Amino acid sequence: MNLNPIHKRRLTLILLIITAVAIAAALALYALQQNINLFYSPSQVAAGQVPRNQAFRLGGIVQAGSVKHTSNSLQVVFTVTDNAKSVPVSYTGILPDLFREGQAVVVEGKLTAQGTLQADQVLAKHDEKYMPAAVKAMLKPVNIKSPLPPAEED
Amino acid sequence: MIPEIGQFALILAFCFALIQAIFPLLGSYRNEIFCMQLARPTALGQLVFVLISVACLIYAFITNDFSVQYVAQNSNTELPLPYKIAALWGAHEGSVLLWIMILSLWTNAVAWWSRIPELLIARVLSILGILSAGFLLFSLTTSNPFQRLLPNAPLQGADLNPLLQDPGLAIHPPMLYMGYVGFAVAFAFAIAALLNGRLDTAWARWTRPWTIAAWSFLTAGITLGSWWAYRELGWGGWWFWDPVENASFLPWLTGTALMHSLIVVEKRGSFKSWTVLLAICAFSLSLIGTFLVRSGVLVSVHAFASDPTRGAFLLQFLAAVIGASLLLYAVRAPTIRGGSYFALLSRETFLLINNVLLIIIMATLLLGTLYPLILDALNLGKISVGPPYFNAVFVPLMIPLLILMGAGPLSYWREMNGAMLVKRLWLPLICAILLGVILIYVSTGQLPWQVALGVILASWIILATLQLLLSQIIHKKNFSFVRHILGMTLAHLGIAICVIGITLTSYYKIERDVKITIGDTAKVGPYDFHFMEVNNLQGPNYQGIDAVFAISQGDKPVSTLHAQKRIYNAQQIVMTEAAIDAGIFRDLYIALGEPLTDSTWSVRIYYKPFVRWIWFGGILMVLGGIAAISQRNKRRG
Repeated sequence: MNLNPIHKRRLTLILLIITAVAIAAALALYALQQNINLFYSPSQVAAGQVPRNQAFRLGGIVQAGSVKHTSNSLQVVFTVTDNAKSVPVSYTGILPDLFREGQAVVVEGKLTAQGTLQADQVLAKHDEKYMPAAVKAMLKPVNIKSPLPPAEED
Repeated sequence: MIPEIGQFALILAFCFALIQAIFPLLGSYRNEIFCMQLARPTALGQLVFVLISVACLIYAFITNDFSVQYVAQNSNTELPLPYKIAALWGAHEGSVLLWIMILSLWTNAVAWWSRIPELLIARVLSILGILSAGFLLFSLTTSNPFQRLLPNAPLQGADLNPLLQDPGLAIHPPMLYMGYVGFAVAFAFAIAALLNGRLDTAWARWTRPWTIAAWSFLTAGITLGSWWAYRELGWGGWWFWDPVENASFLPWLTGTALMHSLIVVEKRGSFKSWTVLLAICAFSLSLIGTFLVRSGVLVSVHAFASDPTRGAFLLQFLAAVIGASLLLYAVRAPTIRGGSYFALLSRETFLLINNVLLIIIMATLLLGTLYPLILDALNLGKISVGPPYFNAVFVPLMIPLLILMGAGPLSYWREMNGAMLVKRLWLPLICAILLGVILIYVSTGQLPWQVALGVILASWIILATLQLLLSQIIHKKNFSFVRHILGMTLAHLGIAICVIGITLTSYYKIERDVKITIGDTAKVGPYDFHFMEVNNLQGPNYQGIDAVFAISQGDKPVSTLHAQKRIYNAQQIVMTEAAIDAGIFRDLYIALGEPLTDSTWSVRIYYKPFVRWIWFGGILMVLGGIAAISQRNKRRG
């Protein structure tokens, strides 16, 4: 097949672009597969729906009276509940400013063999009135009581 | 009374926007000069009434008029005056008003400064009028900032979100919006060109300065946002791959591609229809960014809670604007002809690959940002895509871009032979690699390869760029050419500086969370942090605790830092005010955690080498943009 120089150049450029797109797509798919964090509720964790050895996000309410600091390190343990089931969480580090008992929280980490969530990250949102939509959707309707102070809607 | 005037002015501005949207466009088809000439005065009229409206809202903030709902929700009598004004864009309704004001400012800048044919200006201003009318309608129907709380006006306001009470944030949104909305101008030029069916090098020459201006503002906005996040969010990060950050980064990447492809259209007449598509994309991504942030679909620090009618309106507006422009593009793009021959090894090819890479990067980031939303919308489960994804796709794709960035500016238009390119590039290439080898040798193998790569790439860009500049100054004394490339030089150096900052701070930062008692010392890196005392603190609208740390290196005292924990009175929100000892080569960063006993605190102590280089690089890019625009104006005048 004889190609004139213009076609040859076009073909080379198009092949280059296709290669770049393919590499990027492969990279993106691989990275997505590795780095997606699924979101679970305490009930789903209790039901054993969470795969072992895989990081996930747990959403719920910090159970009142459950936060305990260890005396000689920055380790803190607390319980996350959805008003039906609860999961113990252990975290070493500094909790965010808005982390409070009775408030919504999202915790990211892996389950240990004992069923404790070893958290790498604790997220509490920067707005008192705010509850993550994902957490709100997962709270059990039974015995639901708003963890929020009555909003001062004027 | 004043708020009613503000709202009335907004309605009048909407009427002006409608006239501006309809008549000049119709006139341009019926060849009625009078209708076309309506474009400029209506744009001015619109601006005047939008400014009156903004002034009324500012007045309501300054006079603590809590009968206005927006003021009551975002201000407080104790709020310092500069923040009362900044509170204007502290939440949803005011941000929309800011969007409208900035669009109106851009429109008038185009109307009065652009020296382009009457037909084109009529259509450009009409298209901007359509966008403006859409957003004014959005404001009036779903997000009225002048909504009253009568007769039960509260006596005190709820105060501005404490996170936003920072000088960085006071100017970050206006800058960012100047960038977002600025792409509307390039968009309007692109649509007008499609309508005209004429797309020539003159079109690119008119569009380019506006694109560079918008890009510069967006760069400044993103840089300020990063700096604010570092100072104010209390965990010392400068970029989080938060969906809202991505929302500003996607138009930036597309805008960068657009800026470069416009050069090819202007100089060589190639890439025309691709450039038009980029202009449409850049603005569409700005709109998508606005939608993501304003509609409440995203869970983020920046996302304001809002009602679904807003999201629905924005989504429809978005679909209409993007759909109509892509339809027009599909109809008209095949008629765009032109383009001239270029060889495989030529500046055109370098710029083409630049565009392809930037758009691929943008697409992968867009995928990661939207994927969780799409899955959620389809009820396929709730997931989150975290920073590891974005780092994993972004970094490898940036590497070829950075390699080409050194070579591109030294290449020739149309064609060049490989030997010529090698002759111009061997010196910077050898020097950069040599520098990397020396670094690895000096560090006796301790250097991570990523750091070596980052430093080599950055020095490659710096050396190649400077070589071009210096060879022009020393050998050819060609100063007009030097002025011509000054903008590019500064912007590319900015990227290189940024790469150095990102690489070094990512690999050499030391972050320690410690438990520390008054009188104790924590050692982080070469520095000793001595916890001196804790004092009470009384601010204008907050109270709190001020912890004093004395920092020393060996026996040499370095600095005394005051890290604070504040409780803002109105909403009882706790805020961490980090204390930072800034330096060219390193930052020392202290943020208080929580009190564990009376005298013991958990504290974050960070050592951040070269972190300022990231923002310094951003400043250089902005300066580059300014230099490029002023150079063009000089040549034109």
